[in-house]
Amino acid sequence: MNGTNQMDAIVKPIGTSMADADTINSDIKITASGVKVYYGDNEALHGVDINIPARTVTALIGPSGCGKSTFLRCLNRMNDTIDICRVEGDILLDGEDIYKSSMDVVQLRARVGMVFQKPNPFPKSIFENIAYGPKIHGLFKDKAELEGIVQGSLERAGLWNEVKDRLHEPGTGLSGGQQQRLCIARAIAVNPDVILMDEPCSALDPIATAKVEELIDELRENYTIVIVTHSMQQAARVSQKTAFFHLGDLVEQGPTSDIFTNPQDQRTQDYITGRFG
Amino acid sequence: MTDLNTSPVPSSVTSVHATDAARQRLNKRKAANKRFRLYGMAGVVIAIAALVMLLSTLVVQGYSAFYTHTMELTITLEQDVLDRNNTQDPEILARANYRKLVKNEVYSLFDDVTSRRDKRAVSALISNGAIDALREAVLDDPTIIGSTITITAPVSDDIDMLLKGHIDRNVEEQLRRVSDRQIAWTDSLVERGIIKRAFNTYFFTQGDSREPELAGIWGAVKGSFYTMVVTLLISFPVAVGAAVYLEEFAAKNRFTALVEVNINNLAAVPSIVFGLLGLAIFLNFFEMSRSAPLVGGMVLALMTVPTIIIAARAALKAVPPSIREAALGVGASPMQAVFQHVLPLAMPGILTGTILGLAQALGETAPLLMIGMVAFIVDIPGGITDPASALPVQIYLWADSPERAFVEKTSGAIIVLLVFLITMNAAATILRKRLERRW
Repeated sequence: MNGTNQMDAIVKPIGTSMADADTINSDIKITASGVKVYYGDNEALHGVDINIPARTVTALIGPSGCGKSTFLRCLNRMNDTIDICRVEGDILLDGEDIYKSSMDVVQLRARVGMVFQKPNPFPKSIFENIAYGPKIHGLFKDKAELEGIVQGSLERAGLWNEVKDRLHEPGTGLSGGQQQRLCIARAIAVNPDVILMDEPCSALDPIATAKVEELIDELRENYTIVIVTHSMQQAARVSQKTAFFHLGDLVEQGPTSDIFTNPQDQRTQDYITGRFG
Repeated sequence: MTDLNTSPVPSSVTSVHATDAARQRLNKRKAANKRFRLYGMAGVVIAIAALVMLLSTLVVQGYSAFYTHTMELTITLEQDVLDRNNTQDPEILARANYRKLVKNEVYSLFDDVTSRRDKRAVSALISNGAIDALREAVLDDPTIIGSTITITAPVSDDIDMLLKGHIDRNVEEQLRRVSDRQIAWTDSLVERGIIKRAFNTYFFTQGDSREPELAGIWGAVKGSFYTMVVTLLISFPVAVGAAVYLEEFAAKNRFTALVEVNINNLAAVPSIVFGLLGLAIFLNFFEMSRSAPLVGGMVLALMTVPTIIIAARAALKAVPPSIREAALGVGASPMQAVFQHVLPLAMPGILTGTILGLAQALGETAPLLMIGMVAFIVDIPGGITDPASALPVQIYLWADSPERAFVEKTSGAIIVLLVFLITMNAAATILRKRLERRW
């Protein structure tokens, strides 16, 4: 899928992830229990239970239409924007129910940032792209502080050196990979706890993919990352925990090394060995 | 599959795509292709021919509205005639007998004018505008009474038509609006340099008039301008608000579907119906003033709102959802996402739709007839509540007037209206291109 087989030949695996598999953080950031999602009358997720560890990369894998993106979008309530979508069950972020009526969605999305499949920078300058989040959340006192946030975010996204001379040129003028890192920097700028990534590399070429993967690995130190990916190689490279979805069910979850080397479920085995999906 | 690969195709069997029947099908398709292109080209040619015909007719008939013939008169402002007691009272000066001064001057231009009939004939050469011009000069500065001044006034419409060649000199005298003697006098005045050809400032600076040579479009232009301002101020915020709400916030249910259908229907309602609605509601129920650009603008706003809503919704729909998601993803509220990201991106499309809607409203006549903007209004409106006419209504009025001189005025006014419309449409196109380039 997505030419990832060829990619392996070009990009050396980061390699640390598999070895780090046992370093899954024991702190739990997000707890989901019995999450069911309906699109109208159609049940898309049939009760998902999962713990998402803090400061760890959790990969959600599975064939198309299995519900992994749907589940991801439950975590910051992006599904609220779809009229016919209904979510049941509990999702706790730091022990707090994010679907309770007193939860402010805007605050939630500040804490749970998101990076989308297709790079979607605002059609504004690079600076404005990063500064927008801090502006609406009032995260700075003066211009100097804002500039600091912008520089810091771009640095952490590994983009600073590439764009520091053209901060006021449109973000849409960057290459696809740079745009995606700009989107990651934009998500970082509001200082979230969790970053959700919905197939962040599917629109990128292998070299840009490698850069973003490297970045994800670095971000793990400070952020809890949940990534949806179609590429099992990518899941293996960047994640410490993997969850396999199939037809709306969470089939199997566990340390990435276990899932890939010793899957318990036949469906997981079939999927990771490429028999379907 | 494997069968095909291993055994060679027998040479006697030709491909189904190389038979005569196939070749015929291909030729047929090519011919159909060619025919379709020809139809398209024919359509374009017919459209261009129609446009050229329209524009050339207008220009041929209308360009003469932009110049006129004026007469230069040197008049002594006799104290005895104007203000016998030297009161300098504006009221007396306004009602003074300027006509006598003008006529005497015109009679004096010719040696052979003696009889009453001749006098009447010769005074018909000059427009009443001369009297107005004289009065204006005196009222401006009463101290000039007693001195001699030179005024320039248009010739009467019949003489103007004669000089522009619209009155045929070879027609029998009884069937002509201008007598042989008047023609002779006119020719002599032209020869002596008293009648000159000039740019028709009256056409661009005056309101409507019963005298064609004094009638102008400025009153109608200003009336149209005020009407458009009212239309814009009402329809733009209402329509954009409605479009944003329907497109971005409203739940998609039967009620909003019904609203949507009705908005689309509203855009197709004949404009006269909006005029009747305005008549019934604004004039009869709310008793607002008749013939006012305020009411005209409100009626046209009713008409323009659905047009802008449809354009604005299309523009909002064209903004990629990824922009909304991006904004929501960093924690913008739905309102912030719409007003800070989606709406600015949709603005070029919305503005284009607005300008096109306004251009349509600018050319609209029927609803204005219903609310009294068809009245004969000489004064140039000074605000949105003054009685006013509008450009298309002025065209309608002039087209209905019997005088030959109004024919060219009609075409001239149409040319002016078309210039406004083309300017607006060009502005819409340029605006769209400009704003699009920024992203």
